[in-house]
Amino acid sequence: MAMRPIFSALMRNKAGLALIVVQVAITLAVICNSLFIVLERSTRVGRPSGMDETGTFTIDSLGFAADYDVRDTIHADLARLRALPGVIDATSTNTTPLTNGGWSTGVTTEPGRGVDSSGVQPAAMYFMDEHGLDAFGVRLVEGRAFQAGDVREFNQNTRIQSSVAILTQALADVLFPDGGAVGRQIYGIANDNQPVTVIGIVERLQVPWVGWTDVEQSVLVPAIQIDGNFSRYLVRAEPGQRDALMPQVEKALQDGHSGRLVRRMRSIEEARTRVYRQDHAMMSILGGTMVAMLVITGLGIVGLTSFWVTRRMKQIGTRRALGALRGDIRSYFQTENALMIGFGILLGALLTYGFNAWLMQNFNTARLPWPYLPMGALAMAVLGQLAVLGPASRAASVTPALATRTA
Amino acid sequence: MTRYYFWLATRSLRRNPVLTALMVAAIALGIGAAMTALTVLRGMSSNPMAHREDRVYRPQVDNWSANQPYDEQGNPPNLMTYQDSMALHNARKARRQAAMFPNFLAVEPANPEVKPFLATVLFTHGDFFPMFDVPFLFGGGWDRQSDDNNARVVVISRAMNDRLFGGADSVGRRLRMQGEDYIVSGVLDAWQPQPRFYEISSGAFADVEDVFVPFGIGIEKELTSSANNNCFSDPGAGYQAWLASDCIWMAFWVELEGAADAARYKDFLDAYVQEQKARGRFPRPLNNRVNTVAEWLAQQRVVGRDAQTQTWLAFAFLIVCLINTVGLLLAKFMARAPEIGLRRAVGASRKQVFAQFLTESGVIGIAGAALGLLLTWLGLIGLRALYGDTATGRMAELDAGMTAIVVLAAIGASLLAGLFPTWRACQVTPALQLKSN
Repeated sequence: MAMRPIFSALMRNKAGLALIVVQVAITLAVICNSLFIVLERSTRVGRPSGMDETGTFTIDSLGFAADYDVRDTIHADLARLRALPGVIDATSTNTTPLTNGGWSTGVTTEPGRGVDSSGVQPAAMYFMDEHGLDAFGVRLVEGRAFQAGDVREFNQNTRIQSSVAILTQALADVLFPDGGAVGRQIYGIANDNQPVTVIGIVERLQVPWVGWTDVEQSVLVPAIQIDGNFSRYLVRAEPGQRDALMPQVEKALQDGHSGRLVRRMRSIEEARTRVYRQDHAMMSILGGTMVAMLVITGLGIVGLTSFWVTRRMKQIGTRRALGALRGDIRSYFQTENALMIGFGILLGALLTYGFNAWLMQNFNTARLPWPYLPMGALAMAVLGQLAVLGPASRAASVTPALATRTA
Repeated sequence: MTRYYFWLATRSLRRNPVLTALMVAAIALGIGAAMTALTVLRGMSSNPMAHREDRVYRPQVDNWSANQPYDEQGNPPNLMTYQDSMALHNARKARRQAAMFPNFLAVEPANPEVKPFLATVLFTHGDFFPMFDVPFLFGGGWDRQSDDNNARVVVISRAMNDRLFGGADSVGRRLRMQGEDYIVSGVLDAWQPQPRFYEISSGAFADVEDVFVPFGIGIEKELTSSANNNCFSDPGAGYQAWLASDCIWMAFWVELEGAADAARYKDFLDAYVQEQKARGRFPRPLNNRVNTVAEWLAQQRVVGRDAQTQTWLAFAFLIVCLINTVGLLLAKFMARAPEIGLRRAVGASRKQVFAQFLTESGVIGIAGAALGLLLTWLGLIGLRALYGDTATGRMAELDAGMTAIVVLAAIGASLLAGLFPTWRACQVTPALQLKSN
């Protein structure tokens, strides 16, 4: 098929050409960038927290009565919770993954370095007692779990007193790249100068903040915070028992002491839904936009090409009369379409990376990986060919006799 | 004549219902998507203190670590230390000044039927209320003496007053919180600035607190912020060490007399920081700011990344939809070149052809606008379902101003789409059309 006549015919229809080229270009830019964002978000929401998410929930207690003793209450509450049928285990804790709220610190292998120095690893701290690993449902891969003797109470004045800690694998790997973390000492838990001995490593426990770069750098500390009449418990139910257990736990705590508020009972599953809600929404919206755009652009191409076919009926008839085969007519429109989409893809490549650059500059997003553009271009080419299929077939079915008739 | 054109337009549109539906749907979809995104963006970008833009300012001082800047953009910390906000407050170099931090207190209602509950509390100075022009339903805020004496007074929200006092004028009544009695000095009227500019660290689009309590009481109770406490070095043991530390957790606002006064206040801040440098604090280069509310909201990037991205994409979608409509209208109008030729030959002027075809695209535009408004409304319902009680979900509401924008945008967009095809229709030369047939 000779390109030249197709090309010059296109150039005689600049408006139509421009409309399709711009449409294809914008669509290409939108689908490449949207798909990138959607896949990025889908990776983000798919990361495992490392804990048992289906069986666990947290509940808060805040005492207000004058005779409220938070230490006694915590011990009584934990005994009460662990005695409930259907409870695997329970611990007091300060936070859980997927909540976006917690306590972070800087951890090092050398004493006397502030959290702002280089070489200090940011880490989230999880306080728990000797039942903590069971209650969270994290997997210990090295060393030993906490024992009752490890657990220290603390408050704002005493600061953290614990002398042992458990690291996540991710944190152990950055602090001790050569391995052998168990038995070594770290600083920055209690304060910058007091050593804390690593007694174990858990496979994974995400930090509470889902937006953190080092999202698996956590340290588990055997400690109970006795401050401000506040306590939080993490309860792990036996499989399938969680929903039935939650109201019982709430009642057990409320009955345990009337001079307090029992509130914010929330399953970790709910916390996950809540924390990733915006990501899921964004994925749905972008997915919908991509589909709508492809449909609209496809229909637009069908519409314009149909119109051109109609306008060129006589010309097609003449060509058929002069010996062009049906296949020639069909491939004329298909080639014309491919040429227009091709121009669109060229302009679209600029727009795609322009939009990506705007995202990078304003929101520190990553550069669009190169395979997106060729994949998107292929999708546009296929869309174009699908859209031209109908009109091209209609053109191919024009009889040579049409040339002899007046319109 | 207009009625005749209108009649012609509806006839022509009815002749090809699929094409007409496609054009109306394209405009409506584009408008619906763009306006849904724009509604959220507009809500997030609004400035609730616009009427006091040259009065209300947010000072920032950079007390951060010698080893690292506070953030990558080089902004000073978003909050202030206790010691700096107290020093600035007590210096009283502004017309009004208030420091603040959020926390909770357990409310024990006198009415035994209402169970004790946890109220969100803002610990702040009495200047908070006049500075932000906060509307009161009953009573008012508290004076400087109450600030100085940690007087047990409270201002409560309207919802709180409804809950505790059945909506009655509760000024002078007692409110018991965590074992202490407070006297109600005022009840807020409905006040829900969005974004909640004055305390962003606990959520830029969160609700205004239930209860306002004099600042010093929070310190007396040895509380920290329930939102954000940020340290670059170990504060040391105990609450006094915490207060004397370089940890940031306070929001601090001032009322000034305008831009010139703001420049004067900036000089005062610089002098203060220089003095602190002499005492060995503030190791970083001088980086103090006195922000207007608009500057503050921009610096804190209150408008979400997703909302901005969605708006760009939605407008790209609108452009594609409009280009589509241009293409389809062009096809439709040019197919009627013989008709145009005939009309021109029997005496219609270019102007009249222009009017006729613009009427036709206008009809499509109005239908598209109406459907687009409906789709915007549906889109916002969809956003609320997707986002729930998050910033985007809260901003997904149509107000009168936004409705007007939607209608104007829809009609404007479709006229724009109709212009080029109409112009092309006017270019038809009558002789050529008549000849070819």
